[in-house]
Amino acid sequence: MEFGLSQEQTLLQDSVNRFLNDQVSLDEVRKVAAADKDDKAIWQGLTELGIPALIIPEDKGGVGLGAVEAAIVAELLGYHATPSPFISSAIMAPVALAGKRDDLVANIAAGTCRVGIAFGEAIAAKDKAGVTASNNKLSGLSLFALDIDADYYLVATNDQQLYLVTANAVKRNNMATIDLTRTTCELVFNESEAELISTDTEDFNRALDIGRIMLAADTLGAGQNMIDQAVSYAKEREQFDRPIASFQAVKHMCAEMAAGLEPCRSMVWYAAHAYDNLPEETRLTTCHTKAHISEVGKFVAKTSTEVHGGMGFTDLVGLHYWFKRIGFNRQLLGSPELLRQQAAQLQGLAA
Amino acid sequence: MDLSFGSEYETFRTEVRDFITNNRENAPSSRSNPADAKQWQKTLIENGYTARTIPEAYGGFGAKPDIIRSRIIAEEFADSGIQGGMGGQGISMLVPTLLEVGSEAQKLEFVKPTIEGDMVWCQGYSEPGAGSDLASLRTNAVMDGDDWVINGQKIWTSTAHLADWIFCLVRTEPDAKKHHGISFLLFSMDTPGIEIRPLVDMTGVANFNEVFFTDVRVPAHQIVGNRGQGWQVANAILSHERDMLGNPDAALSRFNSLIDLMQKETIAGEKAINHPVFRDRLMQLQGRIMAMRFNDMRILSSRLNEGQDASLARMIVKLQGTELRHDLEGLAIDVLGELGLAYGDNDYTRNNGTWQSQYMYQLGLIIGGGTSQIQKNIISERGLEMPREPRPAQ
Repeated sequence: MEFGLSQEQTLLQDSVNRFLNDQVSLDEVRKVAAADKDDKAIWQGLTELGIPALIIPEDKGGVGLGAVEAAIVAELLGYHATPSPFISSAIMAPVALAGKRDDLVANIAAGTCRVGIAFGEAIAAKDKAGVTASNNKLSGLSLFALDIDADYYLVATNDQQLYLVTANAVKRNNMATIDLTRTTCELVFNESEAELISTDTEDFNRALDIGRIMLAADTLGAGQNMIDQAVSYAKEREQFDRPIASFQAVKHMCAEMAAGLEPCRSMVWYAAHAYDNLPEETRLTTCHTKAHISEVGKFVAKTSTEVHGGMGFTDLVGLHYWFKRIGFNRQLLGSPELLRQQAAQLQGLAA
Repeated sequence: MDLSFGSEYETFRTEVRDFITNNRENAPSSRSNPADAKQWQKTLIENGYTARTIPEAYGGFGAKPDIIRSRIIAEEFADSGIQGGMGGQGISMLVPTLLEVGSEAQKLEFVKPTIEGDMVWCQGYSEPGAGSDLASLRTNAVMDGDDWVINGQKIWTSTAHLADWIFCLVRTEPDAKKHHGISFLLFSMDTPGIEIRPLVDMTGVANFNEVFFTDVRVPAHQIVGNRGQGWQVANAILSHERDMLGNPDAALSRFNSLIDLMQKETIAGEKAINHPVFRDRLMQLQGRIMAMRFNDMRILSSRLNEGQDASLARMIVKLQGTELRHDLEGLAIDVLGELGLAYGDNDYTRNNGTWQSQYMYQLGLIIGGGTSQIQKNIISERGLEMPREPRPAQ
């Protein structure tokens, strides 16, 4: 019995972490957030490390690793608030496109193609959004689709059928959100040419499950970073002639954050392991993992900011990038309340 | 990641299941008499299902330590709902300590009768003036001839009224620094000069006692470790105790009862489970239990695999686990509404009133065994390396 990272997984963690430490400083994040540059240089660097190829099978040009490795990477990307299309293009799209468009999957692995994700309308459509298909043409509106720079979009219709559209077959408008480390867009479909990928809702759900696990892992990393920053700031900052880290009021806030987040690490590992190995447990575990970590993440985001006092509220420290990233992950692909509703349904406890 | 225990262990699991099936009718229930319970305990020891790693010379089964086998035994007995090995502070706390630091004579004298249930122990640690700051305890023992003479008072002594013996922290070196002036003594509760007063708590029951010592004479050799080493001896036991508090398996079994309750109870004719707010609170608890169960798997794994660090994961269990249980019991009361208030002799109580009694008792566990606030000090100081609160200048 071994419930922990293997030596190979630790090596992967180290090498990705080294790259992000070197290449994705807070200054870099700020430049992307201010739209002074896009995420392409970072994605190119991650491509050289084999990240877009991570979970793609070796015979399709990939590295052939699993959801646990993907979660390790997602956690690190969250830790460094990294701008990248990892969750959409490297994880959700290849899962859905495998065996359907292996040519595209190979291009994703090679880093020559980015596929965005437009799933929101199949989960809980908002405002006037909604996507319908007829004769391989899509109509309607999708909101908060992931990745403004994608070459293709994998679109889920209102009834959870999957279609692939090229970016130039749709009208695409940037949608600003609180989180400037990831991009989202509005996709307007007007009899847009589309390719049917699957009418089997299980294909939609498998892509959704792994996307949710990745968002949970991203929040785990972002939350860990916020705890690390809070602890280190509290040790430096002096008031009343002593470091504020020596006040129990401050220590207890940090302890509560750590006590909440530490079990989340095991939860992400388990959910990712279940995704590849325990199909009967996957969906319930995934719903609870994303819901629970979103709650803990919300608490950590608020508390870490408070430990920083007024500085936490400023742009100078930049803590807000992680605060907003955690907020973004919470709502995307299902908010905690929706996920718990689904968890109840999966157990026959709700209609 | 490898979550299986392997075929050797699955064979062992089958053996445990077969034993349970074949011996089920001999297992005692809560109504059985003490002799039956002791006989069952002997059977369990003989088969290696309790006192498993205690050497045969001291009355145990004498197996080499194997965390997975112990875990399988615990799981199978819990699943089958039949009585496993006896617990209590003597078996789960004193015996491991004696095996580690006791003299050969003490191991031979005390371990066997304790694990067989013939010798029941209570723990004399906390005092009215020494709770979180346990090392400031003042019950003192002075040497007079070949005896210690003990005077003082202990509190929160569970099972003192049932205990044959006590393991007790007393101050023997009044001039030493507080952590270095304490000794760990063992003595009979029949010794003259001991008075026990039940301490009724908020549940309405005396789960604990106060114990008063007036010139209690204890032979000098009934000390564990050396004079002044009692704090170190006690600390070995405290970590055993903290591992028992906050166990996620207990929360899971209680959670299943809560689901049953919500599927049965109605609110204005509608099943409680169909109430969206209550259902959401139920699912929140399930997520928290899941997180703690996976955290527990990580702790187990770190004990089996060298190089895996789960020290922070372990440090948070008491804090998170006890708060979780308290919230769980509280949800049941909210679901029941006014019925949740029914207590004691009332035909309308549910699950024998345990939702209320556990809601209160679990609050006691949040406070006992190191309060939640002390746990947060430990997490921040040892886990996050934050500085201690400066002591005021003397």
